[in-house]
Amino acid sequence: MPSLKDLKNRIASVKATQKITKAMQMVAAAKLRRAQEAAEAARPYSQRMASVMSNIAQAVGGGDDAPRIMTGTGKDDVHLLVVCTADRGLCGGFNGQIVRLAREHARKLLAQGKTVKIMCVGKKANDLLRRDYGSHIVERFDFREVRKMSFVQAEQIAEKIFGMFDAGEFDVCTLFYSEFKSVISQIPTAQQLIPAAPAEAEESEGSAAVYDYEPDASAILADLAPRSVKVQIFRALLENVAGEMGAKMSAMDNATRNAGEMIDKLSMSYNRQRQAQITKELIEIISGAEAL
Amino acid sequence: MANSFKFELVSPEQLLVSTEVTSVVIPGSEGDMTVMANHAPTMATIRPGIVSFTGDDGKEERFVVFGGFADILPEGCTVLAEKAIHVDDMNSEIIKEQIAAAQKGVEEAKHDAQAQRAREFLDQLTTLEGAILPA
Repeated sequence: MPSLKDLKNRIASVKATQKITKAMQMVAAAKLRRAQEAAEAARPYSQRMASVMSNIAQAVGGGDDAPRIMTGTGKDDVHLLVVCTADRGLCGGFNGQIVRLAREHARKLLAQGKTVKIMCVGKKANDLLRRDYGSHIVERFDFREVRKMSFVQAEQIAEKIFGMFDAGEFDVCTLFYSEFKSVISQIPTAQQLIPAAPAEAEESEGSAAVYDYEPDASAILADLAPRSVKVQIFRALLENVAGEMGAKMSAMDNATRNAGEMIDKLSMSYNRQRQAQITKELIEIISGAEAL
Repeated sequence: MANSFKFELVSPEQLLVSTEVTSVVIPGSEGDMTVMANHAPTMATIRPGIVSFTGDDGKEERFVVFGGFADILPEGCTVLAEKAIHVDDMNSEIIKEQIAAAQKGVEEAKHDAQAQRAREFLDQLTTLEGAILPA
């Protein structure tokens, strides 16, 4: 049985922890709002880009004119997995989810005898994958110092990927990130970047418009394809930031609640014990008086 | 009064402009072009330059853009810019930075086609610098 003093200390320490988690929750909530706004602001660009891409891809067709980034190398031997996670922990299963998906993917590919290379975006991806797939990690990105995710970061990653692609270091590139559904639900997602996954044949309104191209369609496509990859990476990064903050918020909310429960329980046993001690002292006094 | 149409200027980070305009001048990679209402559907890449548009109220606004492309439809025109800055917010540092980056691109280019592209980009930037910065 812990002494009264022990209990008091524990209550104090749990209270301190609760204060920290509470503060983290509020910080996460504020950051989440900002992240959501950023994701929202980026949406028009990626939507336009997607519609233009599908439009122009139709015009060019899958011909030989299409840039290599879209058609791929025609092989399927070396896979590059770009795993995007957060840079910090304490956000529940957020990082774990993404890494688990990537790990399963890697295991499947390895079982098929393919070569797997991993690019870690975010510190946690590296931390979590280092043990099992350390030898496969070819590149790391760490954006801990970056206060606000901007297109520059997406470009950095994209340039690295293009460089590797041009050097023929991989055939297929898949991006892993977490799609932000809501504060309590983030869905880990795998998305193929290179070669570009065939655009969903959506019935776009009036896509029948016959465009004039300047310069010609394939030149525009060659210019657009890398840009579209960048945009996809950028979107993934933004979704990730929003997801991380959402996950952190709910994780910290849970932690705060748990700490509250713990404080209640501890105070209960503290009070009981104090009462027991008082009773004990009273009995001692009374029985002492009776003995006289 | 000329017909107006919808014009949008979008950068990856945000929607910068969404308004009704009567004409837009776009620095196409093959030369400047002015878009007015009911333009034939056109898709064009753009070079670093100045996009200027005249709003419904006849006021002209100008944005500096660094590459991107334009999607023109009879009912509207969308410019997707890699980076866009309002002319008033423009200063010599931003463009110097871009030029330095472009120079690095030229030096680091691995093959001729890439070097050629990087050099063109650098040229366009230098022209732009001369055009917008008062000496």
